[in-house]
Amino acid sequence: MSGFAGFALRRAAGAVLTLLALSVIIYVVFYATPGNVAQITCGPRCSPEQVHQVAQQLKLDDPLYLRYWHFLEGIVAGQDYSTGTSVEHCSAPCLGLSYQSDQQVMRIILTKLPVSLSLVVGAMVLWLLLGVGTGVLSAWRRGRFTERALTGVTLAGIATPVFVIGLVLMIVICGQLELLPFPEYVSLSDDPEQWAWGLLLPWFTLALGEAAYFARLTRASMLETLAEDHIRTFRAYGVSERSIVGRHALRGALAPIIALNANDFGSAVGGAVLVESLFGLPGIGQELVHAVNVVDLPVVVGMVLVIGFFVVVANAVADVLYAVADRRVVLT
Amino acid sequence: MSEAFVAVEAAGTGTQPVPAVSGARQFWRRLRVQRAALVAAIVVALLVLVALAAPLLTAIEGQDPTTYHPSLVDSARGGVPLGSFGGIGGDHWLGVEPQTGRDLFARLVYGARVSLGVALAATAVQVAIGVVVGVAAALGNRWVDQLLSRITDIIVAMPLMIMALALLAVVPSSFPRPVLVALIIGFVAWGTIAKITRAQTLTLKELDYVAAARLSGWGTLRIARRELLPGLAAPVITYAALMVPANITIEAALSFLGVGVKPPTPSWGQMLTSADVWYQAAPQYLLLPAGALFLTVLALTVLGDGVRTALDPRAVSRLRVGTGRKGEAKADGGVGTVDAGVAKPAKTVGAGVEKEVRS
Repeated sequence: MSGFAGFALRRAAGAVLTLLALSVIIYVVFYATPGNVAQITCGPRCSPEQVHQVAQQLKLDDPLYLRYWHFLEGIVAGQDYSTGTSVEHCSAPCLGLSYQSDQQVMRIILTKLPVSLSLVVGAMVLWLLLGVGTGVLSAWRRGRFTERALTGVTLAGIATPVFVIGLVLMIVICGQLELLPFPEYVSLSDDPEQWAWGLLLPWFTLALGEAAYFARLTRASMLETLAEDHIRTFRAYGVSERSIVGRHALRGALAPIIALNANDFGSAVGGAVLVESLFGLPGIGQELVHAVNVVDLPVVVGMVLVIGFFVVVANAVADVLYAVADRRVVLT
Repeated sequence: MSEAFVAVEAAGTGTQPVPAVSGARQFWRRLRVQRAALVAAIVVALLVLVALAAPLLTAIEGQDPTTYHPSLVDSARGGVPLGSFGGIGGDHWLGVEPQTGRDLFARLVYGARVSLGVALAATAVQVAIGVVVGVAAALGNRWVDQLLSRITDIIVAMPLMIMALALLAVVPSSFPRPVLVALIIGFVAWGTIAKITRAQTLTLKELDYVAAARLSGWGTLRIARRELLPGLAAPVITYAALMVPANITIEAALSFLGVGVKPPTPSWGQMLTSADVWYQAAPQYLLLPAGALFLTVLALTVLGDGVRTALDPRAVSRLRVGTGRKGEAKADGGVGTVDAGVAKPAKTVGAGVEKEVRS
């Protein structure tokens, strides 16, 4: 098992390196842009004195690599910002200050994170159930009407942008049929029931497109496994088709699905931005769109890094899970 | 047995690249036998035609996409279009936009220009960067390869939408918006093409004819251009075909969020931004752009699947090209029945994992 532990460790180290490289790229792209960084960071309504103060706090006279180093220091050890009269402390994972909203970027993100996590995690459960279920069903009924119908539905699901799905669902279910109230976020700790009701439609919206993708993938993976020799042996022994598809083939087909689910996390996060904006859920995505619109650079940089963190971690976990699930994987 | 079959057979063994010129004919033949892909190709051709002929079509209608018609909306009721069915009539074939009274038909057909134009331009950027980075990584020394491959990994790992959104914040707004959106989508999503190109180039450069070119004293650039690029065409075209619908969706999404293509330039995604408010008074304001998006992405996705099947050497036995018999012309690779390979663009299907799997 030491080989495996080593693999997991190396993969974790790789993830840290990727994150570092990502932070360099992001930092350079956003803070080495043409134009007055202090003015952009501070916002259009800042007075010259305020802009000057921001320039000093960002240490804009330092070369770029030093500023980047300070930024990293802030993430690891926290940072103090002097606001002229007082000193504001920004504790350990410090991503800087948003001068436009006068808050620490990390605090903004932390207040929005539960909403986005609720959305993505709930939707992920749904799309895995729906997607894998549909994929298994169409592999089982291959060549029949059920499969063709499911194939059509999945294709439609892949071709419909997530915000169109959301718009239609919202208008039909909340507007016309009035089956559900318009989505609203209630904190899980406040009222779990309201939390689930309020997120039901966003969950489905985000999950449907992803489920279609996973249905396709599961079906393809299942068909591949069904063509393998050991399945033929099961057939020869008279194992029922139902048990072959539902148990033996599914087991073989699951490994790539697990790996892809985590890789797919990134695209789901992108979808979450749209779902949050559409339904007005106060999550990271909505905040990011707002920050982009008002060009609040520290918030944009912080959000991209936090999202990048989640995606990189998800990918690393996926690789490790994949190695656990499929012993043919060579650990390098 | 047709010559197309033989040529593909040869390509499948990996000893000889498909000649570029006769490849085009053979490709078309293998695409044509897939009924769904053929229908999709026709739909796409029509959409492109509509986009190109947008000025002509609106001239026939006698409208343009940007003129406000305040007299056609009821300002007392918040700008609901006057007349039945959202103002549909002889002057305005599909009605007018709520609040502004701009002609909906004109905005829809000009929106097709933006959608297809941005998506195709973005795909071109993705292919250009991806191929250059991929070839450079495969032909360069160990350090070049390491550096480029790591950067590619990061590009692949980052969510497209997030990166595109973030970049839109820093680029000066003086840039023409559709061009900007196309460039940004292009710059954040070339990773997978680079990976595919690198892998394919590594295979190709070991082949005898490349070695022969090297021995006869050709430089790296000349070898890359003359000997490697033709061999890269099939995988790159396959992936590019799948990228186009993905790019359409991303442009629509960015414009829907209000950070992509901005008014007065019409875009389908942008039209949907406020469509939910008006769905009762003017349902076509929601249904038309949504339907246009759906149809376009669907047709391009099916076409992309068809292109992949047509270029996949392994699919040759399923396609039975060129026998001309009716029953056989029905290809197995119809709507969504293609199993292998990349199922969804902008994804790295097992890319990071595949290399670790012992075959």
